Amino acid sequence: MVRATRTGRPGYGFFVALLALLIFGATIGPHSASAADLPELVKTLGSDDFSEKDGAIKALGELGDPRAIVVLQALAAGQLAVVQESQKVAITEATGDDLKLTDAVTGEDLGTVAEDAIDRIRVNNRLRSSIDGAMSALQIFSKSPEQRFAASRDAFRTATPAMAATLEKALTTETVPAVRDAMARSLAAVRLKTGTSAERTQAIATLASTTDPEIAGMLRGLADAGDTPPDVKRAAETAAQAIERKLKMISVAGNLIEGISLGSVLLLAAIGLAITFGLMGVINMAHGEMIMLGAYTAYVVQELFRAFLPPGIFGLYLIVAIPVAFLVAGAVGVALERCIIRFLYGRPLETLLATWGISLMLQQLVRSVFGAPNKAVANPEWMTGGFNVIGGLTVTWNRVYIIIFCFVVLAALAVTLSRTSYGLYVRAVMQNRPIASVMGIATARIDALTFGLGSGIAGMAGVALSQIGNVSPNLGTIYIVDSFLVVVFGGVGSLMGTLVGAMGIGIVNKLLEPFAGAILGKIVVLVAIILFIQKRPRGLFALKGRSVEA
Amino acid sequence: MAKLGGRIQGLTAASVLAAGTLFGASAQAADTIKIGVLHSLSGTMAISESTLKDTVLMMVDDLNKNGGLLGKKVEAVVVDPASDWPLFAEKARELIQKDKVSVVFGCWTSVSRKSVLPVFEELNGLLFYPVQYEGEESSNNVFYTGAAPNQQAIPAVEYLMGKEGGEVKRWVLEGTDYVYPRTTNKILEAFLKSKGVKAEDIKINYTPFGFSDWQTEVAAIKRFAAAGKKTAVVSTINGDANVPFYKELANQGIKATDIPVVAFSVGEEELAGIDTKNLLGHLAAWNYFQSVKSPVNTAFINEWHSFIKNDKRVTNDPMEATYIGFKMWTQAVRQAGTADVDAVRQAMYGQKVKTPSGFTAVMNTNHHLSKPVMIGEIQANGQFDIVWQTKGPIKADAWSPFLPEDKGKIADWTYPWVCGNCTAPKFKEAALAN
Repeated sequence: MVRATRTGRPGYGFFVALLALLIFGATIGPHSASAADLPELVKTLGSDDFSEKDGAIKALGELGDPRAIVVLQALAAGQLAVVQESQKVAITEATGDDLKLTDAVTGEDLGTVAEDAIDRIRVNNRLRSSIDGAMSALQIFSKSPEQRFAASRDAFRTATPAMAATLEKALTTETVPAVRDAMARSLAAVRLKTGTSAERTQAIATLASTTDPEIAGMLRGLADAGDTPPDVKRAAETAAQAIERKLKMISVAGNLIEGISLGSVLLLAAIGLAITFGLMGVINMAHGEMIMLGAYTAYVVQELFRAFLPPGIFGLYLIVAIPVAFLVAGAVGVALERCIIRFLYGRPLETLLATWGISLMLQQLVRSVFGAPNKAVANPEWMTGGFNVIGGLTVTWNRVYIIIFCFVVLAALAVTLSRTSYGLYVRAVMQNRPIASVMGIATARIDALTFGLGSGIAGMAGVALSQIGNVSPNLGTIYIVDSFLVVVFGGVGSLMGTLVGAMGIGIVNKLLEPFAGAILGKIVVLVAIILFIQKRPRGLFALKGRSVEA
Repeated sequence: MAKLGGRIQGLTAASVLAAGTLFGASAQAADTIKIGVLHSLSGTMAISESTLKDTVLMMVDDLNKNGGLLGKKVEAVVVDPASDWPLFAEKARELIQKDKVSVVFGCWTSVSRKSVLPVFEELNGLLFYPVQYEGEESSNNVFYTGAAPNQQAIPAVEYLMGKEGGEVKRWVLEGTDYVYPRTTNKILEAFLKSKGVKAEDIKINYTPFGFSDWQTEVAAIKRFAAAGKKTAVVSTINGDANVPFYKELANQGIKATDIPVVAFSVGEEELAGIDTKNLLGHLAAWNYFQSVKSPVNTAFINEWHSFIKNDKRVTNDPMEATYIGFKMWTQAVRQAGTADVDAVRQAMYGQKVKTPSGFTAVMNTNHHLSKPVMIGEIQANGQFDIVWQTKGPIKADAWSPFLPEDKGKIADWTYPWVCGNCTAPKFKEAALAN
């Protein structure tokens, strides 16, 4: 119907020619459907029935029309909508509070309307899969190598003869080696499902060198299936076993990396405590709240960036938040030391109770100011996602940065304590206060500064931890026990001990977790530490000398 | 009091004040109906529960503006059990015995409800419990306005098994280690097995409260899903542990189209702490979403925004359940003509309320509601798009038909049964006479 009205105007002769073209086109095959189907298919997308929409998406993918790609992308992004008044399908774009509309089929401008004048076209996971499938077939020929790589890597999930043909065609023109590899692998995986016996055996040989768990699963499925020919079955079994062996090693390596990452989180949380508790001997139960204050500083800085600075530099907020958090938490630390803790030196029980009370007060203060619900601290672009080290092992960027950050902080602290005059004063005061005082060191000032330094580092840790966990008033309570565990286990007063303690606990925890589960794993580690402390009450790296006896 | 002259008014106020200080708060009982609010305002659960406290206060405010109840003002007594389970029981006792409240709205976690249950049964109090839970309970002193497993968990799993949900064949049941996830997963496991899912296609894993290091768990889910069968995660992860879990999922590149996660304890409020861009398409099953289009819901959202004085605050399912519970209680009090627990309880059965979800909820004689079930997909704006819902309300089962130990158990608090957990009616001779 649509065809007739659209072609009617140019005259009869043109109509016949076009009709002939349509008929000719139809004989080539279903893949070269006419562009005139576009309006109808787009209209179908507005249907309430998910099955109808699904059919329309698949048909749109096969059109190969560049407009279809635009429509599918808009659909996947949730930007496609039906305009209530005209019942036209439009692509929406937010401009301020209103929406700018463009006709999905023609690209014509339809003006701006309010949100309630349209009905958004809903997609569910089934449709999103279909869109991904349709797009990946189109994107295998994309100009960008990254898109081609991603499309070819995932192409094996659509195991159809058509996909095999597409991949074959793409392989003849592809020049980038990494993309070629991905295409060859996907082609082999597709052949595994759809090819002849000989093609399958050959495919298995190609796939045996990968370490992708999904491909291992496919080979395993093939090996275990009843209707597989015996020779294919044997080849699949051997290949599956080879990959599974490799995967087992990769998974242990993965656990190790996870352990280091957990260790770095523990270390980061504990460094500040290594100073306030380790060096100064203050049983600082409010340490966790310093971490929490740092995390809330990150939130405030983020909101300031959102409100006052261009979105282009938003990703930098985290960098800015680090020194700000250091100053905020450090200042609170100095204030605490001056107002409360300095009166309690040498009275551990009172200190414990006082700092615990402070921790509750700080929690409630934050709860009153910011509210009880969690605050969203966004990961900047460069902190999101991860990368595949090798098939079956993904390392996420936020973990990588946290590992780096924690070592930078530890190194900076070690240098400050051992190479600067301030560090010398700190060590002198902590080892022998009266003599240090006699030597002309302002011990009270050093106490305040050192407590501030420990708190400030905890604040910086809070910024980092806001990237992997919750920002809530009770953020600190999660880390306080672990922090004490690390410092006591590593050896009070030793930075090296804190490092080794944190890494040791992290790695052992993660190696246990796959076998024992998260809960039992943690219990085992806790019991082991208790037993260890019985044997070596001063921890791994006990400080020798008179200072310990003080 | 406003009608009285200034001097008398002052005198009355002074005497009330004096009476208040001398004899405790009971002196005022004549003018007001007292209700208790027992939600944690500090500690781990404050994030979820403080919102429900505000919801009750909003409802009380609204009720008082419209003339109160039985010609009296309603007064809310708010206490803070501080996420401390034994403290819940102490505070409940205090509310019933000292403050003499007619009803209590409260509790979130099942462990807190189990803690107060003996108190309410001993003192014949009345508790409205507004959160989805594991079922396996029906007390004469509690009305459960949240979902039972057959109103949330079972329909969600059925959806994922169906065509729209992606025909899932392999299941990861991931939960926090306490009574609700463990019981729900027991029911789900029995249900999945009854549908022909093999034991090797079900993986159950528990993590502690507040768990934050999900690397190993997420990597394990990825490996489990690589077996070539469509896999889904059913999450009963509760509270704070959700944020790092979803962050890890997104960072490890797991999309909802690969491995969908359907959660039973993640609503709009929980998503407020997460950047939802990378969570597009993960699911939640509830009886209400803020995105429902209905006149009652629009009014509910507007009232909430103006009460809390913040247009950005979201509404969620437990808030709606609190709304339903409160409305039903006021209706039952009006019907009974008194706030007395026994009379109100009798008036509760069959009580109907038009809910924000766009349906009418009904209170059944097993003390549970009939409510619709909805499945939503997470959108980039932190809201849920409803992708599936039941045609009408579903009646809650207090006892699961999928657990062998529940076989034949009945919860019915009307004649001749009058029990929450029995296999034969309490009044047998009457049943024979019929």
